[in-house]
Amino acid sequence: MTDGAPLLRLREIRKSFGTFEVLKGVSLDVAQGEVVSIIGASGSGKSTFLRSINVMEMPQAGKMDFGDFHFDFRKGAASHPTKVQLQKLRAEIGMVFQSYNLWPHMTVLQNVIHAPMTLRRTPRAQAVEEAEALLARIGLYEKRDSYPARLSGGQQQRVAIARALAMKPRLMLFDEVTSALDPELVHEVLVLMASLAADGMTMLLVTHEIAFARDVSSRVLFFDQGVMAEQGPPDRVLRNPESPRLRQFLHRILHDEMTRTTEDQA
Amino acid sequence: MNGSLLQDIAAYGPGFLKAAWLVLWLTLLTILVSWACGLLAALAQRSDLRLVRGAAAFYIWFIRGTPALIQIFIIYFGLPQLGLRLSPFTAGVIALGINSGAYVAEIVRSGLSAIHRGQTESALALGFSQSQTMRTIVLPQVFRIILPSITNEAISTLKNTSLLSTITVVELTLYAQTLISATFRPFDFYIAVAVIYLVLTTVLTQIANWGERRYARLS
Repeated sequence: MTDGAPLLRLREIRKSFGTFEVLKGVSLDVAQGEVVSIIGASGSGKSTFLRSINVMEMPQAGKMDFGDFHFDFRKGAASHPTKVQLQKLRAEIGMVFQSYNLWPHMTVLQNVIHAPMTLRRTPRAQAVEEAEALLARIGLYEKRDSYPARLSGGQQQRVAIARALAMKPRLMLFDEVTSALDPELVHEVLVLMASLAADGMTMLLVTHEIAFARDVSSRVLFFDQGVMAEQGPPDRVLRNPESPRLRQFLHRILHDEMTRTTEDQA
Repeated sequence: MNGSLLQDIAAYGPGFLKAAWLVLWLTLLTILVSWACGLLAALAQRSDLRLVRGAAAFYIWFIRGTPALIQIFIIYFGLPQLGLRLSPFTAGVIALGINSGAYVAEIVRSGLSAIHRGQTESALALGFSQSQTMRTIVLPQVFRIILPSITNEAISTLKNTSLLSTITVVELTLYAQTLISATFRPFDFYIAVAVIYLVLTTVLTQIANWGERRYARLS
């Protein structure tokens, strides 16, 4: 972690869908190189919060600072983000989704070079060279000319990560990226994410992988009913939760994991 | 048949070939107009502006609810009354293109709804604009999905060019009719016309099948 201003600063982010308030004013600072895991029950607002960081969901109130971007999400605010600003912001924030969302009409390599060539005007030769280096890193260099349909879920998700990295983002968002994977494919994706974290990539992830959150993240946030109910270093939050609701949540999750392990052994 | 088939081919073959060539051109240009209209109408139906959505809905409703022949007459015979006089060929291409466009719009709409939201989302999250996403991510996939339906529509369009005989476009049907009125051999010449249409539609189907096979690896 470096001194000075945080890489990302969010203040009092609010978001409602209709009359249902999903985010009730959430604030967060993320320093360069931090790995922040967000846990919480479904409906707690954790995914909406992650998606408001690259403004895939437009908050109705709150402020955000990220690099040169300074947004006020209040309707009519002078620094309300414009379409073009959002495109520029998103080009600097990588996002990986639960359902990979690779483009099926493009090969693996085309998936990875499409954004840098189109959005950064990177010359083809250079884009290909960088993409091949990324694919080598994720162990899928030999799949560069395959179409996504030929890849396993874990391989597709690793390509999705490479596709985001090709834009050289300053921040990576992972939205339950292992939830759609078969259990035996989860590991390869987590290994890749851990290696990104070790390289100093700033990351925010919504996850149900408690062990991963404990081992890799520098901070864990617990979301409950639209607020950040608890946060701190993983050891404290996950081993000595303060609130009964977090204890309950962890108990349920760990119980599920134990059941799964027992089933696997049976 | 009067006379030998070979003599007939020598006498009328070049004329039929020329008419068939015209049909191909009519079809090709009509398809271009219809894809443009169809794409525009399909995208307009998803617009945020109610007026734009309404215009697209009206267009599709009007075209699908009225006969193609009447639409052709409106363009060719009706518009001159408003001061817009078009050649039979141009009027025909525009009328058939606008007609087919309404059907293409429905095809494109169903194709668009088949694309998973995540496809757009992943592109937007990388910083692509809405139009870049539509152009490079969504539409290429839509095109592959709708290729079979759009081929059927192209074949309908090809067959519909025979309606243009009514506005003096000398395509296959009108050419045959002129020969028939001179020779009194309707059976021979209408069968000849049918065979030529069959050849054209079969070739068109084969081209589309080839295209579909090329994309099959993506499924």
